[in-house]
Amino acid sequence: MGEARRFENRLGLGGWLGGGRWGVERYAYILHRITGLGILLYFVLHIVVTSLRAKGIYLWAENGPLHNTLSKAGEFLVFAAFAYHASNGIRLILVELGFAVGKPIDPVYPYQSSLNVQRPLLIAMMILALIFLAAGGYTALAK
Amino acid sequence: MKGTKYWTWHMAAGLVLLFLLGLHMLIMHTGGFARWFAPHGDAADSPVNSLFRDSKLFFTVTYVLMLVAALYHGFYGLRTMLLELTLKPVTEKTITVVLLIVGLGLCGLGTWAALTAHAIALAGARG
Repeated sequence: MGEARRFENRLGLGGWLGGGRWGVERYAYILHRITGLGILLYFVLHIVVTSLRAKGIYLWAENGPLHNTLSKAGEFLVFAAFAYHASNGIRLILVELGFAVGKPIDPVYPYQSSLNVQRPLLIAMMILALIFLAAGGYTALAK
Repeated sequence: MKGTKYWTWHMAAGLVLLFLLGLHMLIMHTGGFARWFAPHGDAADSPVNSLFRDSKLFFTVTYVLMLVAALYHGFYGLRTMLLELTLKPVTEKTITVVLLIVGLGLCGLGTWAALTAHAIALAGARG
């Protein structure tokens, strides 16, 4: 079996951080990666901190070092990142599997972009993320 | 073809996380709506409520499942981002091995903690 051809990523990190003139989906993709990295960083710390409960240590409990406003604000940021990442992730899976992108058509001028077909899905998923965010925000403020 | 298989697992892990992490977030961040999983006091993350959930086999099993799915989804996603930078093959191999070792280590730690906390919670419930 032949090896896949490799192409040089000349733009490096700037290549996936810069949205340029691409559509809003491109910026959704950038935010998806940033939120994913943030959630992963939190998750690694979360595993270590919550594993300490097996030794009877609850760092997040009342009077614990992690029971403060900064930690609560950080947790809400993680929740917001999850709300976005999950909602956008549903959209990405649907698009990957060929849903909500419309049927293939001949490339006849004036060309139609499939992005216009999938835009309503992006809007619906962002509304879903906002609903999650509102529910989490309400609870965070009520504490 | 290996890449396609791993990518499919990445998506499948994302779907698993959608439900398990969704449930976790619902309990931890909207405790008022999910009081039945945090019946003691106000905070869903208080030690007594944590012990309550740790005593339930359902939560122990889902914690381990969530751990495996989240570590795979997260580290595979990170690896994809790093490999997109078209690094030298030896660097790519090193990244893969390091992420695999760190992932397995965290998986071991989290599984041990979930099982130990379950045993402690059960022993506490029995008095």
